[in-house]
Amino acid sequence: MSSLPTITKATLAKDLRLEWRSKDVINAMLFFALLVVVIFSFSFNPTAEESRQIAGGLVWVAFLFASVVALNQTWARELRNQVLDAFRVSPAPANALFLAKAIGNFLFVSALEALMTPLFIVFYALRALGPGWQLVPVGLLGTWALVVNGTFFAAMSIRTRSREIMLPLLLFPITIPALLAMVQATSAILTGEASAKFWIVLLAVYNLVFTTVSLLLFESVLHAE
Amino acid sequence: MKRAFPVFGLLTLVLLSFALYEALIGAPTERTMGEVQRIFYYHVSSAWTAFLLFLTNFIASVVYLAKKNSKADAVAAVTAEVGVLFCSVVLVTGPLWARPVWGIWWTWDMRLTLTLVLWLIYVSYLVLRRFSTSSQTAVIAAALSIFGAVDVPLVYFSIWYFRTQHPSPVIGRGGSLDARMWHVLLINWAAFLCFAFLICWSRYRLERLRRDVEETQALEALLEPRGVR
Repeated sequence: MSSLPTITKATLAKDLRLEWRSKDVINAMLFFALLVVVIFSFSFNPTAEESRQIAGGLVWVAFLFASVVALNQTWARELRNQVLDAFRVSPAPANALFLAKAIGNFLFVSALEALMTPLFIVFYALRALGPGWQLVPVGLLGTWALVVNGTFFAAMSIRTRSREIMLPLLLFPITIPALLAMVQATSAILTGEASAKFWIVLLAVYNLVFTTVSLLLFESVLHAE
Repeated sequence: MKRAFPVFGLLTLVLLSFALYEALIGAPTERTMGEVQRIFYYHVSSAWTAFLLFLTNFIASVVYLAKKNSKADAVAAVTAEVGVLFCSVVLVTGPLWARPVWGIWWTWDMRLTLTLVLWLIYVSYLVLRRFSTSSQTAVIAAALSIFGAVDVPLVYFSIWYFRTQHPSPVIGRGGSLDARMWHVLLINWAAFLCFAFLICWSRYRLERLRRDVEETQALEALLEPRGVR
């Protein structure tokens, strides 16, 4: 029986290789996020001075919607050919599968953010008036907050009818504090009017709590019969 | 046991009528807000009842995950349903009071937002139960309930930092609630608790019955030889 890091690495490598060859998820996500950015810029006046106030919200809402596209695909691949059932009967630790999927989603969504952020800066003429480097921890912690719960809820929603609709219904209410923290932190940094410290700490606590809960509960959800 | 339900139902009816009388006529009229303040007795009683039901839901979910006891799952399902019902009463009576007193229907203040988020979480719990395919419902619903419960303090802190505006100092620290009003509030809360318990009880019996029927039908389908009918 192999250990948790080995299986995590193997599963993650498999997912990344599959994604590298097909590029299904990243293409769908990118185009979706691009559409959201363009539609937002028609809904609000993007060059106005107030746009700095709402830009944090726009950015994260776009990322949240786009990440749902990736999260919905997380387990789809494993359902075909009964891979998930095979995993269930194997002695491999369930958390290895969860961690691999969560890290994989984290990488996909981070790549999306790295590609979309310049676009936001160009379209909305953004410039950080506060300490800009703090956007990095906010981005990393915020992304993990989205994907850790998202991966878990995606595993729950594959057990339901109309699973694609189910994921956002489960994910959005629970994510409210994290989303509030991401948006407030980003707005605070962009406007330079307030400190983002509290929100970064809140995001870190949120991640710690939900990573622990996910790891504790994933096994019973995977093996639920 | 069969007698207990109607007897308790009758008791609840009497208590509810008495509480209504006390709230509308017995309690003194508030000096600045006037009669509209009386909705407070229903609003706060419903809120406390809803929170208690959500707490029960969380405990039942933990028990279910630990012991895989189907009774605990039925309790969790029932308390979430009735909890959402009472929480909805809170969210409706709040704005009814706020409009004449604050001049606005809604404000994104701490307690209002917290109650709304709690309501959203438990509605998503009910949706999950409704959409889930039979055999795994209990486990994933219990998992979601634990996620929701863990989320509550985080929602609390995030909104606490975000903004605070609710008229808080009525109960607890620095409370200036009239003794007579306290009395009426507690009577109302007791009545609402009994009422909630009554609905839960009836709903729980229904839920058990539904499961029994499902089980029997599944068993019959297995025992019946194919092509006989």
